[in-house]
Order: sequence, then C-alpha cells, then structure tokens
Amino acid sequence: MKLSTYNFLTSMAIKGVKVGFPLKLTINKKEVVETEFNPTFVERLLPKLDWSAIYGAAQVNPSDMRQKMSFQAELTEDIPAVQPENIGENEALLQKLHHLLFEIDVLEGQLECPETGRVFPITDGIPNMLLNEDEV
Amino acid sequence: MARLKLKKLEEYLQSVDGFEQPKILLEQYPTPPHIAACMVHHMQAQHEDIEGKLVGDLGCGCGMLSIAATLLGAQLTVGFELDGDAVDTFRGNVVDMELPNVDCVRADVLQLSGSKWEKIFDTVVMNPPFGTKHNAGMDMRFLEVALRLANRAVYSLHKTSTRAYIQKKSQEWGARGSVVAELRYNIEASYKFHKHKSKDIEVDFWRFDISKDK
Repeated sequence: MKLSTYNFLTSMAIKGVKVGFPLKLTINKKEVVETEFNPTFVERLLPKLDWSAIYGAAQVNPSDMRQKMSFQAELTEDIPAVQPENIGENEALLQKLHHLLFEIDVLEGQLECPETGRVFPITDGIPNMLLNEDEV
Repeated sequence: MARLKLKKLEEYLQSVDGFEQPKILLEQYPTPPHIAACMVHHMQAQHEDIEGKLVGDLGCGCGMLSIAATLLGAQLTVGFELDGDAVDTFRGNVVDMELPNVDCVRADVLQLSGSKWEKIFDTVVMNPPFGTKHNAGMDMRFLEVALRLANRAVYSLHKTSTRAYIQKKSQEWGARGSVVAELRYNIEASYKFHKHKSKDIEVDFWRFDISKDK
C-alpha cells in the first residue's frame, strides 16, 4: 500500500462512524520502490490530499528496529507540518512528496479506525478494508 | 500516441495470471489479454486517458486492466477488489512483472460512493460483473460508483442487450456515454454449468465522458 492510497482510505463505511479519517497507520514492514518522478502529477494530486494525513504518515516509525533508522532519515526530514504556498515552484519538496507518496510500499502493518478502534490489516502490501455484515 | 504497440501490449498481457478457481457468485470471468490490450490502447491512442494519469480499476480481479493501463504509462493505478484470492494473484502479477506504480485495495466497490475517492481518478476502467447470475443489475451499480470516482472518463463493458438502458441511466447520472466497439466476448467454460466448451456473448465497450468541457 502506497501512502498516496492511504490518504484516501477511511473507515466511514462502519455503522455509526462519522469521519473515519485519518486512520492510524502502523508499519511493520515496508519497502522502497523507485518510480518515475512526474512533478506535474504530484502537483495535480496535492489539492486532493489531506496535508495533515501526509504529515502524519511521514512521522510513522516502523516497529521493526532494523528499518527504523533509514525510515526516519527518509521521511521525517523536511516535510513541513503545514502545507507551504507555491509548492509547484519547490521542486525539491515535490520530489520528497513523490518519494513519500509513491515510493514507500507498506507491506505489513495495520490501519486503525480513529473512532471505533477497528483494525484493518495490511498483508502482503494490500490493505483489507472489508467489513463484516454486522458492522455496516 | 501510445508508448507500446498494440501487439506488444497484448504479448506482455499474456503473462498475467488469471483466477485459479473462478467464483461463480462473483462472476469472475477474466478479461482476455486481447480485449484488455485493445481497450486500454484505445483509451490512450484516441483519448490520451492513460499516460501520466491516475487510473482506478473497479472489480480489478487479477489485475488485467490495471496492468494494461500501467504498461501504457499510467502514473498510478489503484485496483479495488472484494475477493481475497484475486487480490493475492493481483499482487503476484504486479511483483512478477516488476510494476512499481500499481496499488491494490481489498474493498467492496459498492461502498466507495461518498468516500474520499470521489472525483479522484482521471480515468476509471472496469470489467464489471455483468449482473446476469445471482446479482442482477450489478454492472449498473458498479457504473454508478465509477462515474462518481472519476473526473474525466469511465470505460466499461456491458452486455449489448442492455445498451438502451445504459444510455438512459448514464445520462441521468450526468455522463455522455458512447459505444466504442462491439465485442464478442468469449467466456470459456470455466464453470461446470456451461454446456458448451466456450460461448460468445455480445458485449459493448463504452466510454463515458464526464469532463466538464463539452
């Protein structure tokens, strides 16, 4: 699961849940895959994203200690807490966002509903958002 | 322009694994490589709806259309699928083919309406369940969701016999639909109840324009 995908996932389909966003992300295992940098695409996607959720995702530390160091160096650096203006002119930041949103693949972990605590597992790179019949 | 020739695209798609054991209740008919290649090639060559775009694939199954879109240069593709076995195969295909910009979410497509995915995708592609077995009208429910998730175009397959109805409903939903091609969709005898070895059904390949400029 890429962090761009994470940005659109909610638990609002659960009965009684109002917003269901952002889901609390836990990363147990991730990998980094290189993809072609397209600044226009990143810029075009930004208005559709929730900056606080992007920032939140950048602060997530993988529980696996072996990955922890590199992850922190890659992610928490330089992603500002508030979305800066004129981001389209800041290619260095667009590049970092590209990396954060499209190149981090969460392989194992979980997403937790902020209102009910319902856990959605991420297995082999795929978040399972399915609900039981009695939950909807 | 498309970055791959149609024939080459089809050749790559031959290596996409399909359903191991198709599930009848979910109408798991695979999209044949030839049809997938023709569909996605058309989307790019005629409408530039693929290259550099954010593409959604509803009921993506093992990922045939998602992978075709990615091979033709979609910047990012997200597939949605209910069935756990299908998403595992999807992931296997993506890893085998080393495609870095495809993602898959296991979810109920019908629950995506009203979610944060609305209007997110430039292009939505799908080969929905035709709604002929135990889930009548399923393809229309998929279409209604697809039109809400896309901001530019939706491509879909529907049985030719339902053409007039689809034209009417899609108009009601604010889309300008047109039939791109009539296909003879060969459903192999994947299920026991099929008497004949394989059976052709007539299917329309639709494009629904939902962009604001007319």
